This record gives sequence, C-alpha cells and structure tokens, in this order.
Amino acid sequence: MREFKILAVIAALVGITYYGIEPYAHHIMHPEVAPADFSFKTLKNVDTTLAGNVENGKVLVEANCIACHAIDKAGYPAVMPNADAAASYGVVPPDLSSAGRIYDKNYLANFIFDPVTAMHLEGKYTPESGKQFPMPAYNWMSPQEIMDVVAYLQSVSPKVEGTEAHKATFEAACGRCHDMKYAGIEATTPKDNLKTYMGTTPPDLSQYIKSRGEHYLHTFINDPQALLHGTSMPRVGLTEAAQEEVIAYMEEIGDSKKAERESLGLWVMLYTFVFAILAYLWKRKIWSEVH
Amino acid sequence: MAEFKKADSMLEWFDQRLGVVNFAKVMMTEYWIPKNINFLWAMGVLLTVMFTFLVVSGIFLLMYYKPDVNMAFDSVNYTIMQEVAYGWLFRHIHAVGASVVFLVIYIHMFTGIYYGSYKKGREMIWISGMLLFVLFSAEGFSGYMLPWGQMSYWAAYVITEIFGGIPFIGDELVVWIRGNFYVSDSTLTRFFMLHVLLIPLAILGAIVFHFYALRFPHVNNEKGEFFDFDEEAEKYLAGNKKESKVVPFWPVFLSKDFFVLGFFMLFFFYLVFFHYNFAMDPVNFDKADGLKTPAHIYPEWYFLWSYEVLRGFFFEIAGVSGKDLGLIAFGIANAIFFVMPWLDRSPMVKPANQRPYFKYWFWFLMVDLIVLTVYGKLPPTGANAWVGFASSMTFLVLFAALPFITKAEAKKVGGK
Ligand code: HEM
Repeated sequence: MREFKILAVIAALVGITYYGIEPYAHHIMHPEVAPADFSFKTLKNVDTTLAGNVENGKVLVEANCIACHAIDKAGYPAVMPNADAAASYGVVPPDLSSAGRIYDKNYLANFIFDPVTAMHLEGKYTPESGKQFPMPAYNWMSPQEIMDVVAYLQSVSPKVEGTEAHKATFEAACGRCHDMKYAGIEATTPKDNLKTYMGTTPPDLSQYIKSRGEHYLHTFINDPQALLHGTSMPRVGLTEAAQEEVIAYMEEIGDSKKAERESLGLWVMLYTFVFAILAYLWKRKIWSEVH
Repeated sequence: MAEFKKADSMLEWFDQRLGVVNFAKVMMTEYWIPKNINFLWAMGVLLTVMFTFLVVSGIFLLMYYKPDVNMAFDSVNYTIMQEVAYGWLFRHIHAVGASVVFLVIYIHMFTGIYYGSYKKGREMIWISGMLLFVLFSAEGFSGYMLPWGQMSYWAAYVITEIFGGIPFIGDELVVWIRGNFYVSDSTLTRFFMLHVLLIPLAILGAIVFHFYALRFPHVNNEKGEFFDFDEEAEKYLAGNKKESKVVPFWPVFLSKDFFVLGFFMLFFFYLVFFHYNFAMDPVNFDKADGLKTPAHIYPEWYFLWSYEVLRGFFFEIAGVSGKDLGLIAFGIANAIFFVMPWLDRSPMVKPANQRPYFKYWFWFLMVDLIVLTVYGKLPPTGANAWVGFASSMTFLVLFAALPFITKAEAKKVGGK
C-alpha cells in the first residue's frame, strides 16, 4: 500500500512538471489561431454559384493564360524552359494541369480576379513597394467568364489517387519554390531567382512534418499569414483534400518509418508486459521465503 | 606457480583460474541489502540498465553518424532515421533514453535526500553520485549538439556563452571551449569526441566508484535504521531468512528490481514509440542556422531549473549586473548539492516526513524546483521574469537556511 502511495506522489510531481513544460509551455509559446478555412469565405469578388461553360472556358484560356502557363495534360506545353521562365517572371509560372483539382473553386475564381488579395500578399505588393505580382488581375472579366475558365480547368484535371496523387499535388502546389531534398526533388525555380523573388530562400521541406507537425501545417498552409505574419509565402488555396495529400506526402518522405514504428511499438510493449508479469511472479516466489 | 589439479567441471576450471565462486559470493549472493526497502531502491539498477541501453544504441548510431556540420543533420535525419534498417529505433531509444535517464536520476537523487542517505558514513556514495550527475549532464549537453539542428546549435551557443561571464578569462575560455569564435565545425567535432569517448569512459569509472562506495556503509533503508550487517547475514545464512533484516543482492534484491524494471520499461517503450516529442524537440528537426535565431531558445528539460536560476537575476543589485548575479547563482546551484551532507547538521537518518523541520524544507525544495523547471521554459517576460527571480531566490535561501534548520532540528530531537 505504501508503495502505491509513493508511486502516486511521484506520478503527481512528474505529471505537474510535464504539464508545465510541454502542453502548457507550447500553449504559451504558440497561441492558437483561427482554424483553417477551406471555403475561403472572405473572398467574394466572384459569384461561384454560376455554372461554368467548358467550351467558352477553353477559348478564354487559350486567349489569356497559355502565353505564360503550360497545361500539359490538355496539350499546351511550356512556352520556355524553367530557367528562362524564372528569369522572365521571377518564378516559374505553374502548369495548370491540376489547378482545377487541387485549388478550391472559390479561391481559384477569386485568384483569377485578383491574385494578390487571394494569396493574402497585400502586405508585400503595396503600391509603395514598387513590386508587382507577375500575373495580372483579370478583374475585367465577368464573373461568368471567370467561372467558365474555372470549369474548363476542372474539366482537364486528370484524376489521380493514392501516393501518386500525394506527390503530384505536392509538386504542383509547393514544388515551384520548395525543395524536398529527401525525395530528390528540387524547386523548379532556380535558387537565385527565388531569393530575389521571395526575399529569402524558401526552406527545404524534407523534415517539416517533424519540425512543424501536422497540426501546425494544417493551419499554416491554409493561410501562412495567420501563423507567420509578414511571410512572403502566399496562401496557395488548396482544397482540404489536396492539402491533406500534401501533408501525407510530407509524412511519406519526412517520417517514412511511421507505420513500422507504430506496429513494432505494440509488439515491444506486449513483450515487455509479459516480461513484467513474469518478473512479478518470480519476485513473489522469491520474496515469499524472506517475508 | 600453484598446482592445478584437473578440473571436474567447467565451473571448477574457471574457479581455479579466476576465483569465480568467491567472486560471485562477494558481489552477488552474499552482498547484503536491507530487507525493508521500497521500489525507490530499484532506481540504481534502473539507471544501470538505462546506461547500458544508451551505450548499446549509441554504438549503433555511431556506425552512421557523421560529425561534420555539412553532414551531421542528414546523417541523423535521413540516413539513420529513414535509410538504415531500424536506425530510427536506435535513435529513438537513445534520445528518449537520455531524457528518461534524468528523470530516474532525479528520482534517485531525491530519494537519497528524502531518506537522508547521504550522511553518517554515506558521504562518498553521495559525492560519487553527484559526480555521476555532473558527468551525465555533460554527456546530455554534448550529445544534444550532435544532430546539428536549430536547438542543438542555439542551446550550445547560449550555454557556452555563459562561460564568458567568468571574470578575466571568460572570453578566452569561450573560444577555447568552442575551438572557434562561434559554435562551428570544430565545436561539433570536439563535442562528438567528448560525447562518445571521454565522458562515457569517465561515467564508467564513476559508476564503478559509486558501487564501491556503497560497499562499506551499505545501502540505507526505509526507516533509516542502523544494524549489524554481519549478524543479520549470519541469521540469513543459518536459514532464519524471515527474521533476518537483510537479503542477498542476488537473487532476492534483484528479483524485485526486475519487477520494477519490467513496468518501468513498459513506460519507457511507450515513450520511445509513441510519445517522444518531449525528448526530440520538433525545433531540432530544422537544420542549424547561425543566422536565424529561433523565437524561443531553451535547453533540455532536465537543465531548465538551473537555467532558470541563471535567468532569474535580470536586474542589477548593489552594483552587480544581473548577468553576473545569475552566473554566480547558477554556479552555486550546480555545486550546492555536492555539499548536502555538510549542510544537513541534524544527525537524524530518517525519512523526511519523520523529521520535524526537514520535512518542510524538503517539500519546499520540490515545489521550488518544479516552479523553476516550468518557468525555465516559458519566455522570461513580464510576470514570468519575477516568478523566476522569486523562485531563484527561494532556491538560494533554502540552501542557506538548511544548516540552521537542521541544527535546530538536532537540538529538538536531542542527538537522535
Ligand atoms: C547515473 C548513474 C547512477 C547509477 C548507475 C547509480 C547506481 C546506484 C545503485 C545501483 C545504488 C544502490 C541501490 C539503490 O539505492 O538504488 C545506488 C545508491 C545510491 N546512489 Fe546512485 N546511481 C547513479 C547516480 C546517482 C546520483 C546522481 C546520486 C545523487 C547525487 C546518487 C546517489 C546515491 C545514493 C545516496 C545511494 C544510496 C542510497 C541508499 O543508501 O539508500 N546516485 N546508486
């Protein structure tokens, strides 16, 4: 009985200390921010209830987008090699093949209308800064036309699933700026251009699943400014499903032994438990002679 | 040379050459431990096992680790964690083990303080134990640098910087420790050497010394009772096992330790596989960058209390700068436990709760250390800074008051 009392005292002291230096300290150092918003409801420039016309969208895309953007899956190759594109625009313009799949519809429509607001980069592209986002705002298009473009982009996006989708989404959404060294992936924009364009070299994301963790990434990717005010990383506007694919990919690369760890963990604990029980029985037998 | 007759068994063969039978008696079956002990007396064996785990997992890590600022981070986080079969397992055992070993050290240490196991003949056990504490601290600190993450770098930067406060030689000392003006490749390689060679060797030596120091005064017991070990051992050997106050180290004492060890290991492996962030700080999965200071820099949890004593003094008092005061207090905090046997002036060897004054001192100290630990992690701003100051002062005052409190206690109990 006394031993249980001692154990309880130790558990209480250790528990209080643990609470203070882990959950409580983290709560103080990283205050909670507003939860991720995957409907991007603050963006209201385009009426997204309008049904888009794919045919008309194709015409508009050919006239407005493919001068800079590749849409490989629809048969529009890149206009120039990545290095040249980066030199011309500052950053390699994205291939729009998967745009319709990975970007939220509301976000995409509002992005076309006004990229800087959609990305939450008003702080960077102020009139005083003299900087200009490489893509023009298509705020002269009618909401119907914008929705036509969106409908077209959605129609050309190939369906992919599983780990293939994880990688594809990561490359499309993050791969123009970020390396994933542990997967052998280098940002498609050359480092020098990136540094000029972003003001700093975007980090390699190989270990971000560990250093930032899933919880942080969940809100951060959805809206970087919320957690890192002033960062030059744009809000990319992924749907919740696409963002989960990105995070899944980061985990596959950054924490590739997770499944092995968790299954082995259970076996080791089971083994140890059996050891503990046997040790207890042996102890009872031995001590029965001396007590 | 002595005559050797042909041995009849393998045991005899070895006994003729190495005296194993006698050795086993002296070390195991006739090494006497008091019977009235609780599971807190298993901590020493737990520590021995944990140390073994650390050595073995460390040897495996050593096969792939690269002590070079350009390679260290990836050799740990890619090669060991993801490429080598079960490399992650060794890293998790090593990192979590290094943290948990301190938990057990603290329990072991405060058990010693609670039961008064540091005095009346047990001073050398205590001193050798404190030596182990210091060596483990150095081992933990040097090891934390090796993955070359952000916290490795900045904790090393901040802690080595502390030595700069020492008068006259401070600046040179910092350069001497780092092997450069800043924390750099030379710092990493020398800490690597310390971590894998010099300090482990010293720890091994200190463990042997600690065990040897236990031999003559014998292990204390739950009541602090003194008795004649030879007499009790005779009773035991004569078959009066139930009356005897002692039990042999093997198998009786160890059977209990194995049982405690079993459940402790269950807890340990839970942490290793499922709950390791407390020991493997997420911030350290960002590669070291000397140009990018992390928002919060803090050492590993087991250094937080002394780190807070250092930070607690943040303003000038009587013309001495806060930084210098902090450094002095930090020095005292790290050394004061060594002289515990002489600060305690009461002859009582009893569990703290049976000592009229000491019990208050003990529990006060526990609370203060927890407050220091928690505030050692929090940002030292606003009210936090004052809590830090108050708890640091409390720490110093507690130790300054200990001789008087225990002297008064000695008077009250009349030399018992
Ligand atoms: C880290 C490595 C250490 C190891 C492997 C170790 C091992 C042991 C062992 C096996 C015992 C005997 C059984 C027991 O009471 O647990 C013991 C006793 C003791 N140790 Fe340690 N110890 C270590 C660290 C320390 C430290 C840091 C201190 C305190 C400063 C300390 C102080 C003591 C004392 C006072 C005793 C005697 C307990 C008694 O008589 O009841 N040891 N140690």
